Formats: sequence, structure tokens, C-alpha cells
Amino acid sequence: MSGQCAAKADLMLTDSSKSDASADHAAAIVVRNLRVNYGNREVLHDLSFDIKAAETITILGGSGSGKTTLLRSLIGLEKPVSGEIWIRGHDLCCISAAELAGLRKKFGVSFQGGALFGSMTVGENVALPLREHSRLDDASIEVVTRIKLEEVGLSGYEDFYPAQLSGGMKKRAAVARALTMDPQILFFDEPSAGLDPIIAAGIDDLILKLKRAFQMTIVVVTHELVSAFRIADRMILIDKGSILAIGTPDELKANQHPRVRQFLDRVPDPENSANEDYLERLTARLRL
Amino acid sequence: MSVTEKVGRETIDGLAYLGDITILTGRSLRALLVAPLRGQRFRAQRAIHQAMMVGVGAIPILSVISLFVGLIMALQSAYELRKLGVIAFVANAVAISITRELAPLITAIVVIGRSGSAFAAEIGSMKVNEELDALETMALDPTDFLVAPKLLGMAVMLPCLTTWSDFMGLLGGAAFGVSAAGFTFGSYMQATLHALIRRDIVTGLIKSVMFGVVITAVGCQEGLATGLGAEEVGRSTTSAVVKSIFMVVAVDLVFTLLFYLSSSR
Repeated sequence: MSGQCAAKADLMLTDSSKSDASADHAAAIVVRNLRVNYGNREVLHDLSFDIKAAETITILGGSGSGKTTLLRSLIGLEKPVSGEIWIRGHDLCCISAAELAGLRKKFGVSFQGGALFGSMTVGENVALPLREHSRLDDASIEVVTRIKLEEVGLSGYEDFYPAQLSGGMKKRAAVARALTMDPQILFFDEPSAGLDPIIAAGIDDLILKLKRAFQMTIVVVTHELVSAFRIADRMILIDKGSILAIGTPDELKANQHPRVRQFLDRVPDPENSANEDYLERLTARLRL
Repeated sequence: MSVTEKVGRETIDGLAYLGDITILTGRSLRALLVAPLRGQRFRAQRAIHQAMMVGVGAIPILSVISLFVGLIMALQSAYELRKLGVIAFVANAVAISITRELAPLITAIVVIGRSGSAFAAEIGSMKVNEELDALETMALDPTDFLVAPKLLGMAVMLPCLTTWSDFMGLLGGAAFGVSAAGFTFGSYMQATLHALIRRDIVTGLIKSVMFGVVITAVGCQEGLATGLGAEEVGRSTTSAVVKSIFMVVAVDLVFTLLFYLSSSR
């Protein structure tokens, strides 16, 4: 397996043109021909894109488009059927468990529901990565925890349990935990989902603040258009497991692809087309 | 599907399940025994917390049940022994049945109801809430972080609880012996000690360690295998209890057979 990976790495270096190689060097994440299946069903079809270092990229798409599956693949929670995911020069698809663990210490993930540990206080949640992966003493860990909570506007909430926090506060606490190890890459899954517009705007501000303050690479999966256009340097629009468009917010706004326009202009699918799709799905097996 | 196909499928599924819990136990043991030797973290605090949850919390209910079972055993055996005119042997009957069989089994069943189900519910809820994914993305192995401390806590506390259950069961027998069989408390305890050999207690304790391992492995495996949704957490919890009871009885049978065969040689 490691031999295969070494061969792949060689191929990437030798076959690519010099400009591609330099582009890869500048890229924090490189995805090539990624295919992911759930059972026998392919949900991501041959995706290829780069995410540059210190760039904020939003992955947009409707419900069931495959954007969360893409995020899970990028953080190593879903194994691709084929393709490559290079993060900071490591191919996620064929590194060892120990190497993956080492790589994961360099990125932070904020999950849709926060995924805070309910049996721990907010402070214990934020301190957990440091307690597990560093040799800092308790006093230092406490200071770092307070700094991280201060950064997300939650100072003074160290002793609260996640169940005592509002939805927006949970997401902020999750961001604080994701920031604990000073990650180079930060992933967000639907950061504004289920929040009122004011709280959602606060989360957007937080992402923009992190981007300015730490110059980290930020990947945000969302279907909230306002939020996505506000925070993104570049955007990827996914539809039915394939990339429909990649570009800056202005390029995406100018894109005239009918499906892109439909998504950005919030136009529903024509009813009979949806019915036809539905019938086709139902009868697919009968026709085999 | 024909009956033979169904039996075959169930057998394969059962063996696969046994394989899963064996692998989970093996990985937990590696985290407990091998990883600290390689300089990796040993989560003693989490293991102590689990031991307290499993052990201390179970003492009141286990005490009452064990006392009642000791009393019931004394009543049941006295019923027959009286016919034979050897009611004085009630202390022997209670002592042997409690220490060899009933105390380990009752303790295991109480712990399954309290802790095995709680393990499945806790880990299942964590899975539904993406907390297991969060652990993985923080470079923490859910087996090392969640299962191994539970296994250690359970393997330590089950023999302790079983010893306590032995004592309470014998006390229940003594209550009958003193009130209805002409014993004094001292003479009953002396008769009990006379009836017991070290092997009776040791076999019970060995079984209790194995029960602890089985309860943890099944509870955690059910939690880890939870599907999506709150309903699935309930299913995992129920399944953990039913499978644990079955596995504990099966392990009990195997060990009792082994002890029987080894003693008859």
C-alpha cells in the first residue's frame, strides 16, 4: 500500500507540469478524480479541485447533493472508492492510521450540531485535544482554554454543560474546540443551519475574524447562500454528486448554467420533472 | 428463504458478531496493556470514573437482591433437606450455590441492567450526535478513549461486586438459619466456612471477570453499531441487554464445564 502511495506521489511530481506542481505546492488540499459510494450507489462522481492555502472556500449544494459526504471524505471519515485527496502533501486515501492521526492534529472540524461531548463541560470539551495530545500542565491548559473561548465570544462559559447552551453558543464552543490545537485547516459543516439570521451572521463574522487573524485555510459546507457569498474567496457548487461550478463569488454570480441559475435564484424544480425523476427511481430496478 | 438458509445466515451473523466483540476486546486490551508501554497515554482517571459508576452505584440494589436470593436459596433447600432430616446442611447448600453460581450470575445481571445498557445508550447517543466522528477528527480512537476505560473499570469492579454479593447472599442464608433452623449466627458462619473451599470462591471470581469483559464488549459494540436516529439508540440498548444476558449465561456454561472437567480429573 505504501509502495502504491509512493508511486502515486512520484507520478504527481513527474507527470505534472511545472506550473501544476507549483500550484499543488500552494494548495492546502488537492482532490483528484474522487469517487465515493454508499453501498453500491456512487454519491460523488469524479470530483477534482484544489483549495489554496489561507483560502476560504464554501462548498454549496442542495440537500442530498453530496456536499457533506465530500466534507467527510476530506476529513478522512469516508473512504473513497477511487481518487486521491492530498492534504498538506499526504494522500488521505493510503496513509497509515498513525499518519492520519498526526495529520488530523493539524486540522479542526466544527460539526453541524456541534458534536460537543455532553458529559463534559464546555471548558473540558475545549481542553480535551490539549489534554490528550500535549504535555502542558493543567494551569497552561486552563489559560489556553480561556483564550480559545474568548476568541469565539464565550468567555465565562467554561463550567457550563453543552445542554445549557443555545444552538449558536454550541456552534461557537465547537469552533473553540476545533481551534484548540491551532489548526492549519478548519472545516465547518453547515455552520449557520438552524440558526436565526442574527446568530447566523454572528457565526459568519466569527469565520471572517478567524480568516483575518490566523490566515488559515477554511472549508465551509453550507446551503445558506447569503452566508456563503459573504465569507467565501472561492465557491464550489455541487449538484447530484458532481461539480457544477467553481469560482469566485462574482464568477459564480455571472455563471449562466441553467442549474447554477436555478440554485442561486432559488427556483424550485418543475413539478413534472421531479415526478419523472421520482418514477424513474422507483422503476429503475424493474427495467434491469 | 428456506429454513436451512435462515439457520445458515443466522449462524454466520452470530459468528461475525462474536468476531466483532473479540476484535473490540482485543483492541481495548492493547490500549490498556501495550500502548502505555510504548509511551502512549493511559487514561487512569476515566477508568476510575467508570469503576465508580459501575461499582459503587450498584451496591444498594445488589445488596438487597443478593440478600433475598440467599434467603430464597435457604428456604428452597430447607424444604427438601427437612424431609431427609438434615436441615443442618442448609448452610452448605447456600454457601456452595451462592459462591459458585448465584452471586456471579446475579451480579452480572444487575450490572447488565445498570451499566451494559448505559454503555450502549451512551455510545449510541454519541454516534447519533456525531461525537464519535468528532473524536476521530481530534485524532482520538473511540475504542481507546471510550471502550478501554470501561473494560478496565468493569473487569476490576465485577469481582469486587461479586464478593460483596457472596457476603450478602450468605447473610440472607444466615437469616433463615438463625430464625428457623436452630443455628446461632456464629455457628451458621462456621458451618458455611467449613462447607466452602477456596476453589468455590475463586471459580466464581474468575467467571465474574469474564462476565465483566463480555458485558463491556457487548454494550460498547451495540453502541458503536447504532444506526442513525434516536429510535436506534433504544434498539441498541435493548439489544445490548438481551445479548449480554445470553452471552453471560453461555460463558457461565463454558466455564462451569471447564471447572467441572478440571476438578473431575
